Amino acid sequence: MAIEQYLLKHKKSLAGQWFDLLTGTYPLETVRLLKKETNQFANPVGHAFLTAIDEILDEFLGQNSAEAMWPLLDKVIRIRAIQEFSPSSSLVFIFDLKMLARGVLEEELAGGLIDHGELSDFDRKVEALALLAFDVYMRCRENLFEVRMTELKNRTNRLLKLVGNE
Amino acid sequence: MAKVPKPNELVIEHGFPQTGWMDTPAVFRPGNFSYPGKAKNLQALGLPNPREWSPLDEDWKLPSNWKQIILEGMRERLDKFRSFKIFMDICVRCGACADKCHFYLGSGDPKNMPVLRAELLRSVYRKDFSLAGRIMGKMVGARDLTEDVLKEWFMYFFQCTECRRCSLFCPYGIDTAEVTMMGRELLNLVGLNIDWVVGPAANCFNNGNHLGIQPHAFKDMIEFFVDEIEAVNGIRCEPTFNRKGAEVLFITPSGDVFADPGTYTLMGYLMLFHQIGLDYTWSTYASEGGNFGMFTSHEVMKRLNSKMYAEAKRLGVKYIIGGECGHMWRVINQYMDTMNGPADFLEVPVSPMTGTRFDNAATTKMIHIVEFTADLIKNGKLKLDPSRNDHLVTTYHDSCNPARGMGFFEEPRYVIKNVCNNFHEMPPNTIREQTFCCGSGSGLNNDEFMEMRMRGGLPRANAVRHVHDLHGVNTLATICAIDRAVLTALMDYWVPDVTVYGVHELVANALVMDGETERTTDLRGEPLPGMEEDSENEDV
Repeated sequence: MAIEQYLLKHKKSLAGQWFDLLTGTYPLETVRLLKKETNQFANPVGHAFLTAIDEILDEFLGQNSAEAMWPLLDKVIRIRAIQEFSPSSSLVFIFDLKMLARGVLEEELAGGLIDHGELSDFDRKVEALALLAFDVYMRCRENLFEVRMTELKNRTNRLLKLVGNE
Repeated sequence: MAKVPKPNELVIEHGFPQTGWMDTPAVFRPGNFSYPGKAKNLQALGLPNPREWSPLDEDWKLPSNWKQIILEGMRERLDKFRSFKIFMDICVRCGACADKCHFYLGSGDPKNMPVLRAELLRSVYRKDFSLAGRIMGKMVGARDLTEDVLKEWFMYFFQCTECRRCSLFCPYGIDTAEVTMMGRELLNLVGLNIDWVVGPAANCFNNGNHLGIQPHAFKDMIEFFVDEIEAVNGIRCEPTFNRKGAEVLFITPSGDVFADPGTYTLMGYLMLFHQIGLDYTWSTYASEGGNFGMFTSHEVMKRLNSKMYAEAKRLGVKYIIGGECGHMWRVINQYMDTMNGPADFLEVPVSPMTGTRFDNAATTKMIHIVEFTADLIKNGKLKLDPSRNDHLVTTYHDSCNPARGMGFFEEPRYVIKNVCNNFHEMPPNTIREQTFCCGSGSGLNNDEFMEMRMRGGLPRANAVRHVHDLHGVNTLATICAIDRAVLTALMDYWVPDVTVYGVHELVANALVMDGETERTTDLRGEPLPGMEEDSENEDV
């Protein structure tokens, strides 16, 4: 049985712990909101994280296609890219998967059901996911500056048209 | 050059500092603050301590007695405004407002909780204006006013859009927006303000509008729109300027004169007034509906508001119609009467087309164009073809100030539903009185603040995305000039398939005008539904 299969067996626990770690990067008062409020409009960030984590795990432990993964990562990263995080802090949650996988697979690892080679392959897969996440992050930041530039252009667009410059 | 960390220093920070709020100082970096007010703009408004400075510098060039100035300013305002004193005293920190702020929901920063934002000011109030605070200090949430505290005020009072969503949930009715307004007033006393507020306020004071457009340029621009409309439907509108004896003075935000997509809304006004033959005039002096004085101090707000009424008096009009604007209506409905009113020299607005008397504006003598248009439609005075908007699947964003500041919910929806066949509401806890702010109001709509604006607008965008995914909504209609500009940026980042429209642009698309040529495009030059081929041929 592949490591992904074992992880899928533990998906609920894995997703729960991943969500806890992700929300744990916010101040204590905010963690309470992100975890408790269930209305998606009263808690847009918590809701986005909760649903995205589930979808990311399904894709990551299933097909793991970059094309399908991009919009799923975007749901989380687009938010963190404009919050008070450094780029590294924004994306550190991806690397958390390595530690979490070891935690939920403790028994399987101890029982020799998963060997070190498989674990190394899994780590490399997480690293590939991190690189994809980096691309997504950069796209969001570029997008942010494009938005800023477009707004500046819109502001004087009419003036330029009036003087026949466009 | 940036400091390169040594290998043992390469530790990835996982998130926010976990210290208590009083022990977490505000850290300024490019992107998380708006540029400070320029000296020339402060001078134009007669505001104190004009100088060039930067929040990134250690020294903010404050007057040597800054602390005395702030505390005396606070005392004066506590005596003058009973509401301010009550708001300082009665909060029990129940937390009902805490998770209602769009900036808090989008940023996760606890100092964006309205209760904590107010607490920044309240902690100083306790220390210097209450016995318990003087004696027991931090134990009762009191603290000294230091430069760090002042810097924290500057950061967080300019991270609040004064939208008042939080006050809706306060069991005591504390208007946290007014706490922010007081915070900003106090900051102004020592020369701490942002240029995107004092710049427009100074322009308005000098030239009559926020953009500083001079009379000839203002007139040229409106006439340019007259040409654009003629190219679309062959009708030549004939606006007049500064015309004495007109029945109505029309005033709209100057943002609509230059900034897309507000420009199309302005074309909508021209077309509507031409079609119904309204006897109205524009003014090149009172050429601004907005009032950035509201984000500066009550004195500046009063000065800027008075110019509209002075111009109405000079021109001898009967009343004023105001365009699609947000905070303009908060000023008119909440503050105008006690600042400059009642406007006894004007008449209670009566629609010349329908005879409807707008008693809701009995003292301000100023009505919103959307209520005027809703009345026209209700009385069957407009010929409308909503199928011209069939390419649009619309939702409506309640702008905070008309919604919470004047209870303006039904009229915009009534107008939209009469000019558009496809309309879907966003979820109930994101509209009407519970509407989520655009995240860029109260002078925060500057480009250097874009990252913060995307945080503040996140809850609104989240609700738009929901109806986009569910119903295919591609149009976000609104009745505020700031919204039209900033929601465009917000959608570009969060829901790029959605385009922002003013309500009167939608009206103008549907409006069947007497003598018009066959319409093939909307005001943006996009083909009308079923006219795709015709407009292509025209392009050729």
